[in-house]
Amino acid sequence: MQDYDLVVVGGGPAGLAAAIEARKNGVKNILVLERDIELGGILQQCIHNGFGLHVFKEELTGPEYAQRFINELSDLGIEYKIDTMVIDISNIKTITAVNSKDGLITFSANAIILAMGCRERTRGAIQIPGTRPAGILTAGTAQRFINIEGHMIGRRIVILGSGDIGLIMARRLTLEGAKVLAVAELMPYSSGLTRNIVQCLHDYDIPLLLSHTVTNIKGKDRVEGVSVAQVDENLKPIAKTEMFYECDTLLLSVGLIPENELSLQAGIQLDSKTSGPIVNEIMETNIEGIFACGNVVHVHDLVDYVTEEARKAGASAAHYILEEINEKSPSIPVVPETGISYVIPQKIRLDNLNGSLDLLFRVNSVYRNAKICVQLDGKIIKELKRRYLAPGEMERIQIDSEFIRKAQPKQITLNVEGEKTHYAI
Amino acid sequence: MFDVLIIGAGICGTYIARELSRFKLRVALIDKANDVSNGTTKANSAIIHAGYDPEPGTLMAKLNARGNPMFDPICHDLDVPFQRIGSFVLAFNQDDLKIIRNLYNRGIQNSIRNMDLIDKNQLHYLEPSIHPNAVGALYAKTAGIIGPWELAIALAENAMDNGVKLFLNNTVQAIHKEDSVFTVKTQNSTFHSKIVINCAGVHAARINNLIAPAAFKINQRRGEYYVLDKTASDLIHHVIFQPPGSYGKGVLITPTVHGNVLVGPNSDFVTDDDALQTTDGGLDFVREMSKKSYQNIPFNKTINIFAGLRAEPDTGDFIIGESPDVKGFLNVAGIKSPGLSASPAIAEMVVEIVDRITSGLKPNPAFKATRKKVYHFSEMTDMEKSNLIDRDPRYARIVCRCENITEGEIVDAIHRNAGATTVDGVKRRVRPGTGRCQGGFCMPRVIEILARELKQDMSTILKDGPNSQIITGTTKTVDTIKHEETVVA
Amino acid sequence: MQSKEIICTACPIGCRLTVYRDESAEKGFQIEGNTCKRGIDYAITEMTDPRRILTSTIKISNSSYKRLPVRTESAIPMGKIFDCMNEINRITVKCPVKMGAVLIKNIAETGISLISSRDMNNQIPINQ
Repeated sequence: MQDYDLVVVGGGPAGLAAAIEARKNGVKNILVLERDIELGGILQQCIHNGFGLHVFKEELTGPEYAQRFINELSDLGIEYKIDTMVIDISNIKTITAVNSKDGLITFSANAIILAMGCRERTRGAIQIPGTRPAGILTAGTAQRFINIEGHMIGRRIVILGSGDIGLIMARRLTLEGAKVLAVAELMPYSSGLTRNIVQCLHDYDIPLLLSHTVTNIKGKDRVEGVSVAQVDENLKPIAKTEMFYECDTLLLSVGLIPENELSLQAGIQLDSKTSGPIVNEIMETNIEGIFACGNVVHVHDLVDYVTEEARKAGASAAHYILEEINEKSPSIPVVPETGISYVIPQKIRLDNLNGSLDLLFRVNSVYRNAKICVQLDGKIIKELKRRYLAPGEMERIQIDSEFIRKAQPKQITLNVEGEKTHYAI
Repeated sequence: MFDVLIIGAGICGTYIARELSRFKLRVALIDKANDVSNGTTKANSAIIHAGYDPEPGTLMAKLNARGNPMFDPICHDLDVPFQRIGSFVLAFNQDDLKIIRNLYNRGIQNSIRNMDLIDKNQLHYLEPSIHPNAVGALYAKTAGIIGPWELAIALAENAMDNGVKLFLNNTVQAIHKEDSVFTVKTQNSTFHSKIVINCAGVHAARINNLIAPAAFKINQRRGEYYVLDKTASDLIHHVIFQPPGSYGKGVLITPTVHGNVLVGPNSDFVTDDDALQTTDGGLDFVREMSKKSYQNIPFNKTINIFAGLRAEPDTGDFIIGESPDVKGFLNVAGIKSPGLSASPAIAEMVVEIVDRITSGLKPNPAFKATRKKVYHFSEMTDMEKSNLIDRDPRYARIVCRCENITEGEIVDAIHRNAGATTVDGVKRRVRPGTGRCQGGFCMPRVIEILARELKQDMSTILKDGPNSQIITGTTKTVDTIKHEETVVA
Repeated sequence: MQSKEIICTACPIGCRLTVYRDESAEKGFQIEGNTCKRGIDYAITEMTDPRRILTSTIKISNSSYKRLPVRTESAIPMGKIFDCMNEINRITVKCPVKMGAVLIKNIAETGISLISSRDMNNQIPINQ
């Protein structure tokens, strides 16, 4: 069994930034474990631009963004293993992994940072009836086929889900000669960035069908077509509105789910609203010394926020290893109330706060002329006015820690008021 | 020239082939699909019934009772997952109690042992989360769950190891008989055989009618199912049936041998050939009906939905025997539930008939009852894993992250007899694609491995059926084309 | 054209703009629906010289992956996107390639280069 100060599970943007920050904060023995044949995670297949506006004040492609961190990791001499799958993490911080060079390997660590990212929701999980032919793919899998391996996965495509991955793939497929017939979206608003709606759909005259869903799939061996229908306020299909699209591919972009199989094995408590670990002010889970960051905690829209969150986790792991954290300090809950789907972190220990407390959250509906309120034991201490809030765009509110510490509240709550509405884009 | 030609490589065809391979016979097993067990055998409840349900005196009753205890040795020999977890038929009121008492008595008539009628307290002790309205149950300890296609595949492999020849992609189009020899024509080949055994599932009547007068009809009844994620496995620990009654046969809930939960099926008469789609109506029916047994089935943990077809005989019983009109032509038809449970006994019965027809089978001294060891990486200890990796480093590369399946297992599944040639074929043998992500992560890698091992281009690799290529071409086609208008109907 | 409906992407609000051709207006267009000045600038650019950064992949030989991600160095005119794609599709570059390397100068007569989006070599890991 090899011993490390810190083992980072996952060599994508979260894992890389966390490892780098831990090293910069004094941690010596760090090991990053990555299951793919190179570092960079999902960014390597995200060949489009839009990454790094906050962190680097530049607009980079996914691989360019990844390369910055890969270079820095290398410059700092941080050890990593690729083509290596972690198959177990225990609640006493031992890790079992396997690769074809070393075989089965075990590690013990003073601290662990979980950065496993997320997976895609599937057709079975949303229960679209019909046949089960070839030609049904999640957008991320299609993206891998197309961008990494150079395979085309269809010629006439219907996309379900207007999240960013679906929008990006609509453009990508069109540029590679496929015909994208429509993007159907269950909700009355798109969860993707407006920029992507314009640059991926409007630019190519691809119709966006809001309040629509796929109700049936036809085709014996390969998709032959899908039925698309409008849905009502309860998101149930309206039978009379069904239309049939002849196509050979259905691409699904219907949600991302943090991948916490290993977390569960370790005994880490998950938040049912995020499907990720419950974390505190330093991104630590319920197990002392196990931290988490990035999409494994909650699904992010911007990799820049992933990097910031990962840096916090990396610095925290460093402080923990250097025994600078008061683990015994009592924690208070951070509770999402009206209009808020979830808040990260879900708990904070007042003694460990310094600088600013960043609360990351998503609203559960589209709001115009909104006001976000932070309350300590029912007393409003901060309000943020926003012209526009949407579930598809993660928000951040920063509060001075000193102020909170002085108040010694029993709980912090977050809620939003405003006009619930939606654009029909 | 063959001694026996078996049409249909489902659970019956493969079992019969394997049992015949114990003897010195030239046996051919053919199937229209590109893999074995591609029909009903791959889409059913995967239950080994205790045997109280079939009408006493029927072949179904006799063969279910005989077949049930035969699963332990076959699954042990062929390393197929099988668990005798027991079943409950629930009762919710006095009428239901009468029904389950009748079933119990029927079971006695069918010589079924280890059954009990249990009350509410005992039931809730054994299944704490069962619906509080359940007042009692028929408890059958000999019921179990199995991997049905795993068994069929293992039987096919073992049969081939012992000399049986497998011919896939052969759809029977004509059968003639001349001078005690059958000529069976498919779209690809012509086979000659002294005996023909019809195990063609939902197509059995069509096959019979190619050579013999129409003696029976097979109706297709479709059943739809939900598959729940392994995190739902705490839900139940036995097979849970609902009492057959005025509202039909009811819907069952069962664990699977892999730790998932199955909920279903409904029963719809369908006429289209291979009408395998799931439907809104069917799925809604399953959801509604299942609530009687369980209050809060976590359907939000659904990872897959599927449909299977039952071959329902219009005679009401299995049709197993030599055709009265054509000597040497055996029907094994109408094998609906409890067909899977009866399959070892069906094979035994068919072997007896073949023995009689050929006036004596001679044993094959080289017959091996077991197959080459299958390594299940995720179930091995750390020491076993390390030893295996030392022997073959392909067992160190995990391809399916959800189920922890290694490249070594996938390569092995491709190269065995009756090996995988498609993505779903790999899935049925070693499980990548059956987990939470349903192939999202592993599918590109599985395609790569198939292409490499079969020495084919990746664009030719199929998902399942003959035209189910996943990759349609490459990117960088020169000059992106202008398209015609969208066709929307 | 009389008027066009577009969505401003200058900030996340995504104001829905209506743009009218108006010879008498300062830049030749009248814009409605914007919340700030950036909307006006956005609308005028979209009407007169809409540009996009093009990202894609290009064939690469003798390397660990068969495709190399590429991008235009800066935004190219929208009308030239498919011409650029056709040009990209005809070429196979050779490994090794460094991130930022110019692969095609003056792609489709835009005056803008197509550059590599990553390092690529024929070893694993590829980017070390």
